[in-house]
Amino acid sequence: MADFSRRGVLAGAGLAVGAGAAAGAGLMRLTETETETVRAAAPGGPIPFHGPHQAGIATPVQDRLHFAAFDLGTDAPAEAAELLRRWTAAAVRMTAGQEVGGGATGAELAPPDDTGEALELPASRLTLTVGFGPSFFEKLRLPAPDRLRELPRFPADKLDPARSGGDICVQACADDPQVAVHAVRNLARIAFGTASVRWSQLGFGKTSSTTPQAQTPRNLMGFKDGTRNIAGTDRAALDAHVWVGREGPEWLRGGSYLVARRIRMHIETWDRTSLKEQEDIFGRTKREGAPYGAAREHDPVRLDRLPADAHVRLAHPDSLGGATILRRGYSFTDGSDGLGRLDAGLFFLAYQRDPEKGFIPIQRALAARDPLNEYIQHVGSGIWACPGGVPAGSFWGEALFS
Amino acid sequence: MRPALRSGAAFGLLALALTACGSGDDGADGGSSSGSGSAAVASQPAPTGKVVETVDVAATDTTCVPAETALPAGVISFKLTNNGKEPTWLYVFRADRTVVSERANIAPGATADLVVELPAGAYHVACKPNHEGDGIRQDITVSGELAAEADPRVTRAVDDYRAYIDEQVDDSIAKTEDFVAAVKKGDVKKAKDLYAPSRVGWERIEPVAEAFGDVDPKVDLREADLEEGAEWTGWHRLEKALWKEPGTLKKEAKYGDRLLEDLDALKKKLPTAEITASSMANGAKELLDEVATGKVTGEEEAFSHTDLWDFKANVDGAQKVYQLLTPIVMEKNPALVTTLDTEFAELNTLLGKYAEGDGFVAYTELSPEQVKELADAVNALAEPLSGLAAVVAG
Repeated sequence: MADFSRRGVLAGAGLAVGAGAAAGAGLMRLTETETETVRAAAPGGPIPFHGPHQAGIATPVQDRLHFAAFDLGTDAPAEAAELLRRWTAAAVRMTAGQEVGGGATGAELAPPDDTGEALELPASRLTLTVGFGPSFFEKLRLPAPDRLRELPRFPADKLDPARSGGDICVQACADDPQVAVHAVRNLARIAFGTASVRWSQLGFGKTSSTTPQAQTPRNLMGFKDGTRNIAGTDRAALDAHVWVGREGPEWLRGGSYLVARRIRMHIETWDRTSLKEQEDIFGRTKREGAPYGAAREHDPVRLDRLPADAHVRLAHPDSLGGATILRRGYSFTDGSDGLGRLDAGLFFLAYQRDPEKGFIPIQRALAARDPLNEYIQHVGSGIWACPGGVPAGSFWGEALFS
Repeated sequence: MRPALRSGAAFGLLALALTACGSGDDGADGGSSSGSGSAAVASQPAPTGKVVETVDVAATDTTCVPAETALPAGVISFKLTNNGKEPTWLYVFRADRTVVSERANIAPGATADLVVELPAGAYHVACKPNHEGDGIRQDITVSGELAAEADPRVTRAVDDYRAYIDEQVDDSIAKTEDFVAAVKKGDVKKAKDLYAPSRVGWERIEPVAEAFGDVDPKVDLREADLEEGAEWTGWHRLEKALWKEPGTLKKEAKYGDRLLEDLDALKKKLPTAEITASSMANGAKELLDEVATGKVTGEEEAFSHTDLWDFKANVDGAQKVYQLLTPIVMEKNPALVTTLDTEFAELNTLLGKYAEGDGFVAYTELSPEQVKELADAVNALAEPLSGLAAVVAG
């Protein structure tokens, strides 16, 4: 698909789904790999909404984030399903760079369906990814997947309930912040009467890459962290560590568990810390991002070369029996805190096949020993089960309701 | 009221009229501009009838020439082509210099329509390049009869709504008389008890009153929205005296008389209010806007915290409009009737939880969770209600 166009990609995506369903997984994978190439090659263009997995997980990480957690105002599964059906219809249009419903300028005397601030903007690689929290299943009295449990309390957590949890999460990622904000705003509007936003978070800069060749973007501490992320093209690693397989209920297969943590950074005290101490804490050099004992960012980590409690060493899969996650976090700054300090940090997002083999053991290790804890605080938290990909004509989580 | 948008805009535009528009401009021009955004009743709502005549208006930076100046009564579409170098504004004024409608900011080279319904009479069409000065005015004459309103259900809804407005204004005046009497006696307790009930009728029909731009800021302006140097009058002035400085109450008595005079002036103007099915529906939407921005946040009643009284009155006023229009909505969009019936009922049930005596508990007694629950219910109603105007017009 060298001759890239919006229409071409959409047609290609439709073909991929159709062919996969007809001819089996092998062909689907081949076609999907092609699509993957196009995705990486076309900044600003659309990313197919439909496919075997939800977009926005293995997809190359976009520059901006608007994340929102919603609470249902109903306990009727039929009403929740109707909301997800309407959301899907809007998401299909918005991710293709189209206006919602009857558009931003419809009947003169009616409020327009689309709020209009994304007019003329390209699709900007917008992805919309949805997940269901433990409270979603409780409220609707639906069977929750085994591994979807509230996260345990970790030492030093200072979680604000107003920034934690939520029945449904929506992760909107795009290269243009206005496109991401437009998407969440329009979904929130569609939800009025069924669900309302519990909390939301803007992320202004990505801190992770799922593209193996790319440099890892720096976090607000000035470091490259999570450099050994799972690549969006590494099918074996994705199947092993990210996508839920046969162990999960049917609707969740090909989906993933998402953990979000709002991690406030004590930026000002960090900035008063010597370079040596900063580097020791991470276990890597600041400028290059190379782990201690190596020359380049992506050189293999040799754990014995790192300080015993270095962040990189504690979080490394080899220290944790192989615990591996796909990181997709963003830096945030929500103004200042009234004491002249930035209210800033990392909005950490991690996808995994099983939280018990992903975020939970990693955070247990970090919460107990990480010297970085002096400079950070976990202030918001959530966990959601993100259903598998949405086939054309279906909607988010449809299989859950049937 | 929601002064940030309403009277705030009116004050802002008055200032604009004095500065940007030059001293030769009249206040009516400025007052109208606020109407396009907020007060649906003030500026004429977009007519829904068939256009009987289209009139080309050729405009430059120094000329403004309608192709015809003698027009039949009915819906007229003025089609302005801006051949100038500056953006221009197109107005239709009545002979008394009040504004029928306007079209803002027409770019050089652009063409724009302004559709208005004109009964027989004398009018001016004006182009105002750069929105400066008096504009370039041309007289036009309209003659003949307007086509009769086709739908008798609409006529009935409008008549019934007029009766409702009269009733509510009378109720507000009667209760305000009692309230003011208590103020004059210096009976703080009684005046406090009578304050919120005196506002209920007003809050139910507020968007209609806002059409008469001068009444609203006189009777319902909050202290925080007062322009520097302007005199603060109305209910909220007395509210502050009662709850914050009861010792000064007797000195405030003259503001009670002023309030009654201003309400009386409103009553006298009511027969001239332009009311259509669309303006009613837009008014209902505005009442929910009032709730969403002023009442659910507890900003309206900063001293008495009687916000839930106003909240309920706004919802009642919107529900009255909806009930009067229901036969029309039922025919055109029955699903909307189901939705609005449900959402009005849910919001009223929720409000009912906070009923106390003849009214409601103080806003300050609500927990943040209860406020959120109310806000969600307001959004759930306001979103579908915003579609009402298009349904009754279409």
